[in-house]
Amino acid sequence: MAQIKIENLRKDFGSFNAVKSSTFTIEDGEFFMLLGPSGCGKTTTLRMMAGLELPTSGSIYIDGEEVSQKPASQRDIAFVFQMFALYPHMNVGKNISYPLISQGMPKAAVKKKVAEVAEILGIADILNRPVGGLSGGDRQRVALGRAIVREPKAFFMDEPLGALDAEFREHMAQELRALHDRMGATTVYVTHDQLEAMQMGDKIVVMNHGVVEQFGVPQEIYDWPATKFVANFLGSPPMNFLDFHAMVGKGTDSVTLGETAFAIPSLLKGANGDLCLGVRPEHVTLDDASTYKGRVVAAEYLGTTQIVTLDTPNGRVKARVASSDKVTSDTQVGLSFDARTVTIFDNDNGRALVSKANEGVLNNG
Amino acid sequence: MSFSVTEPSSRMKWLAGVLVIAYALITLMPLGWIIATGFKSPSDAIAYPPKVIFQPSLEGYVNLFTERTRATEGMLEEAGEPQTWYDQIVRDQGAIISGPSRYGQRFLNSVIIGFGSTLLCMVLGTAAAYAFSRFRVPLKDDLLFFILSTRMMPPIAVAIPIFLMFRNLGLNDTHLGMILLYTAVNLSLSVWLLKGFIDEIPIEYEEAALIDGYTRFQAFYKVVLPQAATGIASTAIFCLIFAWNEYAFAVLLTSGTAQTAPPFIPTIIGVGGKDWPAVAAGATIFLVPVMVFTILLRKHLLRGITFGAVRK
Repeated sequence: MAQIKIENLRKDFGSFNAVKSSTFTIEDGEFFMLLGPSGCGKTTTLRMMAGLELPTSGSIYIDGEEVSQKPASQRDIAFVFQMFALYPHMNVGKNISYPLISQGMPKAAVKKKVAEVAEILGIADILNRPVGGLSGGDRQRVALGRAIVREPKAFFMDEPLGALDAEFREHMAQELRALHDRMGATTVYVTHDQLEAMQMGDKIVVMNHGVVEQFGVPQEIYDWPATKFVANFLGSPPMNFLDFHAMVGKGTDSVTLGETAFAIPSLLKGANGDLCLGVRPEHVTLDDASTYKGRVVAAEYLGTTQIVTLDTPNGRVKARVASSDKVTSDTQVGLSFDARTVTIFDNDNGRALVSKANEGVLNNG
Repeated sequence: MSFSVTEPSSRMKWLAGVLVIAYALITLMPLGWIIATGFKSPSDAIAYPPKVIFQPSLEGYVNLFTERTRATEGMLEEAGEPQTWYDQIVRDQGAIISGPSRYGQRFLNSVIIGFGSTLLCMVLGTAAAYAFSRFRVPLKDDLLFFILSTRMMPPIAVAIPIFLMFRNLGLNDTHLGMILLYTAVNLSLSVWLLKGFIDEIPIEYEEAALIDGYTRFQAFYKVVLPQAATGIASTAIFCLIFAWNEYAFAVLLTSGTAQTAPPFIPTIIGVGGKDWPAVAAGATIFLVPVMVFTILLRKHLLRGITFGAVRK
């Protein structure tokens, strides 16, 4: 098992810049998520780590060893593909044993090892079946078996649940996480599903347009996004942005929207111009005492909570409130925000302004 | 009455069956006639009206494989009693066998040149198609078009330059020359067909093999090739059929050592009158290898033709 360090990694495809100078570290044994929308460079980053693409520049250290120009076969890692890539002309057992055969392991040892892995994954009874007729879940397990059988330094997974049915994904996600906890192997997992990333990951890197936007523990990233992109990409519905124009400075602890002053965590850095106040839907409360009014546009019932959409002078806001709250469309209601959770963004560059609340998160990522 | 979009009615199926059978009969008629003629006696073969029912005879086949001399009384006496059944057939024509014909040799040439060029074509074609499919080749599209463009003119248009070239290189009437020529003609089609097949094989299979610790060549050999087998088989059939049937270049560039069966078969006519049964026998035997090859690979051929039609 190994620590993986990425330094100033860059990849160009002709004139297209897929990954721009990424730097982050994956600690030994971590379940690490590379999260981002399609085309953000997350898969390219993973493929460079695996040796399926060579980086244009930068370094990749696996277990302290620089491997960026080494072929995949010499990196001692395993890769689980989105479409599983089980060898179609071999049966389940052959598929799982294939990485061992390349190492020249004796037949008896291969057989033992395959049986062991099949036992862990619960596929011992299908070892002699062709891979063609397997269900999605079994294919997934065989692909995992092929990955873990060699006990590699790290597992790389490219949207491994992407090809599964929605109901089965949940189950497989748990199985994957349990498998990781049991083996303790460093795992890098690419996904575009923010829920999956938060649910499974020890740490998340959020990428956009080839740039690492933020990197850290899921809750830190969710609570204290470094950029508007992250704030928008994580959470469903995403963070609300209320645009306003103001000058703020070090020590500012409230901002004024319309006529109403909202308390915010004390800022450590100032900005001037187009700003925006970011607040998660669950931190918005409908409060008739508030002087800041919004008009109710719609309410979506979600069981225990409901999402209320409101039009305010500073933009549309979604609030997650208890289902028991009575909300009537087309009425004016007062809004208040949980002051401890608010982030102020500079609209010019989309970055969060450092405040007392988020400095710990922003300064280490 | 219910209608189904996917399932044709039984009447339509019946009609389709009749049409297919009728088409098959029409296309197979000449073939049947050739095979039948091979078993006729020379007089039956040219009888008018044509004979559909006839007394089968192996005369055509015997004549195909033998050289004969018209025998005088003395010669027949000298030769004694006929030793074998084919000897008997020749005697009945009033002739004796003077030696084997060159058909066997020409047929063997066809086999060597046809299968040799097909094999070479598959090796080179698969390698080129794999490179075009998987690697960033500079000017890839232009190169592919260039390769295809060699197919756009009738090969015979360059017959004279090739003839001169072969003469200077000493390739005239050699097996190697014909193998190279047919390979060159077939290669463009092979590269294009095979590239299509290899494009359809997800690259992840190779990548999985690379990560599993195999070199690129091993990944190609152990993972790509088995899956490209269908494509390779159907492409091989196309190549073999061309090389096997080719006539114009064979007439121009071969005359003896490397002469293939197609230019040889018509020369049988000239040997001692119009021996149609022998010609037909030669044609029938000539059909067999391609037929066997195609039947052996027919599953691949059918899959190959529809391959890639449906995106998985």
